[in-house]
Amino acid sequence: MPRIAYAFPDEVLEHVFSFIHSDQDRNAISLVCKSWYEIERWCRRSIFVGNCYAVSPVMVVKRFPKLRSISLKGKPHFADFNLVPEDWGGYACPWIEAMASAYPWLEEIRLKRMVLTDESLELISKSFKNFQVLVLSSCEGFSTDGLAAIAANCRNLRELDLRESEVEDLSGHWLSQFPDSFTSLVSLNISCLGSEVSTCALERLLAGCPNLQSLRLNRAVPLEKLVNLLGRSPNLVELGTGAYTSEMQPDVFSDLSRAFVGCKQLKSLSGFWDAMPYYLPAVYPISSRLTSLNLSYATTESPYLVKLVSECRNLQRLWVMDYIEDSGLEALAVSCKDLRELRVFPSDPFGLEPNVALTERGLVSVSEGCPELQSVLYFCRQMSNAALVTIARNRPNMTRFRLCIIEPRKPDYLTLQPLDAGFGAIVEHCKNLRRLSLSGLLTDRVFEYIGSYGKKLEMLSVAFAGDSDLGLHYVLSGCDNLRKLEVRDCPFGDKALLANAAKLETMRSLWMSSCNVSFGACKLLGQKMPRLNVEVIIDERGPPDSMPESCLVEKLYIYRTVAGPRMDMPGFVWRMEGDSALRVS
Amino acid sequence: MSSPENQPQDAAVELNFNDTELTLGLPGAAKTGSKREFSHTLEASSTSAKSPAQKAQVVGWPPVRASRKSVMKKCKYVKVAVDGAPYLRKVDLEMYQSYDQLLSSLETMFTCLTIWNDLNQKNCERGKNNNGGEYVPTYEDKDGDWMMVGDVPWNMFVESCKRIRLMMSSEEATTGFGARRGSSE
Repeated sequence: MPRIAYAFPDEVLEHVFSFIHSDQDRNAISLVCKSWYEIERWCRRSIFVGNCYAVSPVMVVKRFPKLRSISLKGKPHFADFNLVPEDWGGYACPWIEAMASAYPWLEEIRLKRMVLTDESLELISKSFKNFQVLVLSSCEGFSTDGLAAIAANCRNLRELDLRESEVEDLSGHWLSQFPDSFTSLVSLNISCLGSEVSTCALERLLAGCPNLQSLRLNRAVPLEKLVNLLGRSPNLVELGTGAYTSEMQPDVFSDLSRAFVGCKQLKSLSGFWDAMPYYLPAVYPISSRLTSLNLSYATTESPYLVKLVSECRNLQRLWVMDYIEDSGLEALAVSCKDLRELRVFPSDPFGLEPNVALTERGLVSVSEGCPELQSVLYFCRQMSNAALVTIARNRPNMTRFRLCIIEPRKPDYLTLQPLDAGFGAIVEHCKNLRRLSLSGLLTDRVFEYIGSYGKKLEMLSVAFAGDSDLGLHYVLSGCDNLRKLEVRDCPFGDKALLANAAKLETMRSLWMSSCNVSFGACKLLGQKMPRLNVEVIIDERGPPDSMPESCLVEKLYIYRTVAGPRMDMPGFVWRMEGDSALRVS
Repeated sequence: MSSPENQPQDAAVELNFNDTELTLGLPGAAKTGSKREFSHTLEASSTSAKSPAQKAQVVGWPPVRASRKSVMKKCKYVKVAVDGAPYLRKVDLEMYQSYDQLLSSLETMFTCLTIWNDLNQKNCERGKNNNGGEYVPTYEDKDGDWMMVGDVPWNMFVESCKRIRLMMSSEEATTGFGARRGSSE
């Protein structure tokens, strides 16, 4: 048989491969044969590492010598909700150091939930001559000093995006570090910064950067200044305002309106902290252009929100607080037929009684009225199986469905039954569902449905649900495409975990906290599965030697890895290994 | 002065009710089965997580990121214990703007208990806590130390308070809150 693979010179294959960008396709190419593996690894330009501990920086650098772009994720998702202790890990430093020496031509770094120091930022700013994109999503550990180094040294910077990171705000002057000759900025997101940035520096920056398309300011930028800034960035496509409030001044209003109109490409608005009703209509002249509106920081009352939203007939994405209420969502369903993504956030999540008239009805309306709706995040205080079944039947094209009923274990408020049937309908009808978050009263039955129907499900979040190990077993044995499972406060234990040990190697990670998993099971799992890191987080400050096998583990994080045990575990994290002194008689 | 017949009862009260977390509802407040379950979940979560006792809410629930907290209504529930009372209560410190408001609310809360005590003929004489006289308000701070309520600015108190205890003053202590000379145990 002719060896067709070798009929083409490497350069030709490389050229062909250069059209393949998706990570999955690239991975598939590399598995065809040794020769393709070699060619592919030399021409791979971009990689995504979903768990920074699944592989080591040394291994990455060795396999892919010519990377231009890298994305890394660190802490588990539940770190967003304070379930992961401080100093758990996710340090970017070893990665930055490895890349600084290996990739002088690196252009892009994207980090999520990682810890990054000012020293690393400085290293980035000095090591990569053509550095262009820095995205730090939910990161921490650095200050505005580090940002100053980036501003001062990265001559070709296009994107600086600090979304939701925790930055130590030492001074607003870092922005002045961009040199006068700096022109390349396309995207700037500083919305997470607490203190003021120098408006002069901002204005100067914007004046010099005609290609700026995305600008997200922080709360400290007053509304009056926004007008000036908009004047200098006529090409903006995305704008995040600062505080959207001021003394009611007609001048400011009309200037603002004119400034919005002047940005002819403007499609996306966010910010709106403390949004005053008086200024919302300034958006009306451009409302038909808007495809994305993030009002999730606007603590404005319903009628004003509703009016604004009803004007935006081409809206595809809406993030809003529950002040919009059911009536507002009904109006949304009538006006915004192109809506694809809806997120409704709680204004009073800890209150014991509802403070707004937002129930399951709002979500049902939107599911009925918006045929393109695919992605939902919804916080509410009551739900029924009937509503969920209706939503499922209305929207079989749903791909992401996250429902948070605020009170744990709350049943169907009409029948007082568990919500198994409702969520069952969701997984049954929404055949392309990739992400699901559950809440309310749920028995093992819902997991049976999920295991049977959730064949495309990649990420599942579970809290205060289930009756027994069966629940976990259904999910692990049924969901063929499951990559991430995070569970808290569920009676899932050893049997299901051990019976599905092999499944864990096909997943990125499993988080379990406040469940019924014992030390003994963790040790056994660690022993049997050397390519998993079975990490136990304990509250005592000493080794778990004295813990009896039957003692329950408080927090457990299991992930597949080819890098072996991680070297940076803090004192409260223990990796379970079969042959360690952790075995207790 | 406590009468001898009260002492064994008090001891029994101490033994049996020290850790009871039965919550009394305010008159008119709806208490459903699921709510009590929720409270138990709170307790179960806090103890099983071995987290500092200050957590009056379930950690990380509802799942809202810290960056949103600035636009949400805050809530800080702490337990309030009164020496001699069988039940603890919970108050949301965020609902008050000052010590005066908190203490007068506590007085109202625990006057109800005193009434209950009277009806059951326990300890009618002592306690005289209608105006907070016998009781010294103290609180446990983040470091685990017991402090006198009122020493630090209100906001600092809200931030650092983990639980409150109205202690029976066993000597003639004068507090700033209108102590009356009471008999000691």
